Amino acid sequence: MDQSAWSFLFVGVTFAMYIGIAIWSRAASTDDFYVAGHDVHPVVNGMATAADWMSAASFLSMAGLIAFLGYGGSVYLMGWTGGYVLLALLLAPYLREFGKFTVPDFVGDRYYSGFARIVAVVCALFVSFTYIAGQMKGVGVAFSGFLGIQYEWGIGIGMVIVFFYAVLGGMKGITYTQVAQYVVLIFAYTVPAIFISLIITDHAIPQIGFVANVAGENVSMLAKLNTVITDLGFLEYTSTEKSTADIFCITAALMFGTAGLPHVIIRFFTVRNAAAARVSAGWALVFIAVLYTTAPAVGAFARLNFVETVNEATYVSGGDYAEVAADISARGDTPVPAWFKNWEETGLVSFEDHNADGRMQIRGPDAPDGLANEVSANNDIFVLANPEIAQLPGWVIGLVVAGGMAAALSTAAGLLMVISSAVSHDICRRTLFKSMSDKAELTVARVAAAGAVVAAGLLGLFASQLGFVAQVVAFAFGLAAASLFPIIFLGIFWKRMNREGAIVSMLVGLIATFSYIYYFKFGGGSPEDYWFGVSPEGIGFVFMWLSLAVGVVVSLSTKPPPVEIQELVEDIRVPGTRRVHGQADAGMRPI
Amino acid sequence: MSESSQPESAKAYWRATIRLTLSLFVVWFVASFGAGILFRPFLDQFSIGGAPLGFWFAQQGAIYVFVVLIVVYCLAMNRLERKFGLSEE
Repeated sequence: MDQSAWSFLFVGVTFAMYIGIAIWSRAASTDDFYVAGHDVHPVVNGMATAADWMSAASFLSMAGLIAFLGYGGSVYLMGWTGGYVLLALLLAPYLREFGKFTVPDFVGDRYYSGFARIVAVVCALFVSFTYIAGQMKGVGVAFSGFLGIQYEWGIGIGMVIVFFYAVLGGMKGITYTQVAQYVVLIFAYTVPAIFISLIITDHAIPQIGFVANVAGENVSMLAKLNTVITDLGFLEYTSTEKSTADIFCITAALMFGTAGLPHVIIRFFTVRNAAAARVSAGWALVFIAVLYTTAPAVGAFARLNFVETVNEATYVSGGDYAEVAADISARGDTPVPAWFKNWEETGLVSFEDHNADGRMQIRGPDAPDGLANEVSANNDIFVLANPEIAQLPGWVIGLVVAGGMAAALSTAAGLLMVISSAVSHDICRRTLFKSMSDKAELTVARVAAAGAVVAAGLLGLFASQLGFVAQVVAFAFGLAAASLFPIIFLGIFWKRMNREGAIVSMLVGLIATFSYIYYFKFGGGSPEDYWFGVSPEGIGFVFMWLSLAVGVVVSLSTKPPPVEIQELVEDIRVPGTRRVHGQADAGMRPI
Repeated sequence: MSESSQPESAKAYWRATIRLTLSLFVVWFVASFGAGILFRPFLDQFSIGGAPLGFWFAQQGAIYVFVVLIVVYCLAMNRLERKFGLSEE
């Protein structure tokens, strides 16, 4: 069987499995649909959260991003894991104790205000839609790159699959498919990583290979990588050109943004109680850490391997690869590896022979020999080409393709849940039609989920033409950090925080962050004008403090919240003491 | 907000929770922003295996510390809840 047949087989089998799970786990009530009956086992929820969290970007792009950025890539590693400490210690247990369905639910009921709820809905929708465009694009790219199916059709197939389990099963269907998707994606990620670690360092565990010596040499892998790339005019792998302030702010914005992302927060509503929410966050981080500690090792190995096998290799053009390569070897030269030729067709790697010597020069900006760089590579290439670099059989590539799809689909489903529940629960049930029955709400929720799937698919199509998806992700984290995190945090830890403070705080965070990112990403602002040298990726952290400060000042200068709200806040801090409080729980009893 | 309907034991539980949370965040900050970012240039003169220590913290160590922090938090909170008779099991 050739490689694309294996890819079809793996993708087909995993998709059939997801649909099977969807049919088995149909939702019967809004409780099932929004929070999976709030009785998901903490370990199961941890695994589902990990799949929910790790997107197409984590799976396909992160290792390559780190490979090119070196130390600078650490912001993603620390930022996208450290946020779970914030979630576990500051938010998840208390939000579970609060006992509602959605993030805007918490905001609306804690701040006794329909307007605050709507502002939170706007924040949640904005964050989720920017994020989901990237996922649908990932699905389309995976289909078109590996299975030879058109990008548009790829997105269409992805939509049908998500439609099945999101519309039928809601959170319940999503939870169990995410568990299956985690298993697929982590297996697909670690198998090639283990083999490439064995090749480069002789150690089977990538995390150990990362700090070990190069196989058969008396020099550490990282030291060798530093020497090899600085000789070609690149910056040392273990350092960065970014300022410490910028690294600090980007890491923090990603951490607080992670903690404020609605699709992550709602996963913790599905467990039984606060204690289960804590344990669940711990398991989620364990499952995430498996991939996140492997990724930097894969990045470093791949960079070293890439430079060593491609730089100064003789390009193979035309004819049968095996024959031409054999001729080149016979003359005593090194032919370009076969995987490079295979991936050239996809456009993820390319070679342009500037000095017409038939050899491939990889050079950095300060190359000592003054030659121009002739080889360019996309961030995604390392994870995708790893199986071939490690000379693994064709079925491993099929597995990686299925893993990439699993990562994209699981994240897309979690985001769809946020979007559909914001529409059916927060806008319809809690704002417009307060007397709606549970059964009617479930129907609306399914229709909203279906609508959200279609909207996400259209965004995916649109995204391929604009191609700024990666930039837009900065919006999602920055906005979550500056608009949602502060009011959720203050809502739990400061009883005096009131409606007025919450509304102003959300709006200030939303508008300030949006304007800053828009100005510097699309409005023609230049990096010299960054405030305090902080790039748009990190500005969410700065505006988070502004949002917190404004929230506190406005609260103190207006009326304190009603006594029953203050009692409610006291209740959620102490497990098992949650009572029903008139105004806050009038629209919906706590679960 | 001095007046409160909460019993004294609930207040003591909350104070203990805050203390625990704060001390864990000190470790969180030191391991990531400290070792991985602010003190990296200093720590990079030492090494763990073949990796500069500060760099290693930024790409590996901080993540391990995060996992340990949540585990410690869960165990400590369970103990705290048993002590105050709040555990639901």
